[in-house]
This record gives sequence, structure tokens and C-alpha cells, in this order.
Amino acid sequence: MSKPPTIRVQTEDFDIGAEFAALGRGRTDIGGLGCFVGTVRDTAKGRLIVSMTLEHYPAMTETAMARIAADAMQRWPLLGCTLIHRVGELLPGDNIVLVLAASAHRQAALDAAGFLIDWLKTRAPFWKKERFIDGEEAWVQANAADDEAAAKWATGR
Amino acid sequence: MTDSATIAETEDAAGTITVLYFAWLRERTGTGEETMNLPRGVRTVGALIDWLIARGPGHAAAFASRQTVRCAVNQDFAGPEAPVGPGDEVAFFPPVTGG
Repeated sequence: MSKPPTIRVQTEDFDIGAEFAALGRGRTDIGGLGCFVGTVRDTAKGRLIVSMTLEHYPAMTETAMARIAADAMQRWPLLGCTLIHRVGELLPGDNIVLVLAASAHRQAALDAAGFLIDWLKTRAPFWKKERFIDGEEAWVQANAADDEAAAKWATGR
Repeated sequence: MTDSATIAETEDAAGTITVLYFAWLRERTGTGEETMNLPRGVRTVGALIDWLIARGPGHAAAFASRQTVRCAVNQDFAGPEAPVGPGDEVAFFPPVTGG
């Protein structure tokens, strides 16, 4: 039996090991866990970044994430999944997002993790603003590669 | 004073919408949230944008590259043809960049 997705939006960091343990706790039917962790990179377009601020649309975010998780549960035989996204000011090296997908077999776990992060990037209401070393700030622009990555999962929707 | 304020609020309550702005739309309009009477004749997201652009230079700047702006009505993604009615929450924002 699959368990309901774990979905959280938070300012504080997450503990990857603890989330792995929580997803698998008390069960022996999981054969594979797919994982993606997004972190703050220290450069953008060749310029050094000192911080990144993540804004979101609180009333919509968790609903959008729940919908993405439900979609994944429908497409793959998942036994559970975890989506955690941080908001607020983050520093280079900090965790931004965690995606875990658990299944009896690896392919579903890996594919679902890929799907979850591709759709989170294009369908959940978060926006990143980068602050560069010279003090300038700029909103990150959505890029076509993210849309293409998401589009490859769109079949049948 | 309290009487007239109460009456005005009561009248507005039947036909108000809440408009939210995020990221650079919030910066350009200078506000994250505004509540307003649903403008006369406005029944779609596209018509609301037309009306908002006329509100001032900040709003005009926010919607300058109109095809880039995304929208949600009552927390659900919505296109320019989507209906807007009293009590709705309409949010405008750039294409999302989380993950």
C-alpha cells in the first residue's frame, strides 16, 4: 500500500537521511528510492552569487505540490514520495529542494523522482532572486530547457 | 463616519476581488496585494489586465511584456480567457523558477 505524500514548504533546512528514514519507516516492500536534491550554486552566467531568495505563493504552493505528487502516484506504482521546498534567503551550498520517490523497483523510483523535480520547476509557484557579489539583484528567468524537460512527461495529459 | 464606512464596505463586499502580485510584478506595481471592486465590464483575466494597465505607470510596467505574465484564479493556473467574478483571488506572477 502506498502512503500519502509528504509535502512541506519551510524556511529551515531539511535532513536528507531523516527524510529517507521517514519514508521507509515500518515497511519492507520498498525496493528502491529515487532522490533529487537541489542546492544553491555559487555562480549564474559566470557571476558570483552571495545569496538567493525564494519567494512563493503560500495559498497555492502546497496545493500545486500535492497535485504534482498525486500525478506521480498515478503514473508510477509508488509506495510513497516526499517533496520539501525551502523559501526565504539561502546561501551558496544550501539545500533548496528535496524529492524522494519510493517504489518496489528502481525504474519507477528514478523516473518518478525525475518527473517530480521537472514538474516542480515548471508548475509550482516559486520564484528565485539572486544577489550578486557586486550587490546587484536579479530575478532568475525561466529557461526553455526546464520547459522541454517538463514537456517530455506531458504525454497523455 | 463609522456608518458610512460600514455601508461602503458592505456594498463593496458583494463585488470585490483580491489581486496578488509576486516577484517582479510585486516590485513594479509596488504592492503585493490589493482589494478592489470588480471593475465594470471586466469578466476575464485578459480584461482585468487591460484595466490594471490603466491604473498607473507601475502597473503598466508590470504588464509591459504581457505574454510573459502568468496568472492564477483562486490558486489555479488560468489563461487570459479565464472568467473572473466577485470574490475571486487573482494572482499575477512571472513564469515559475523554483526547484
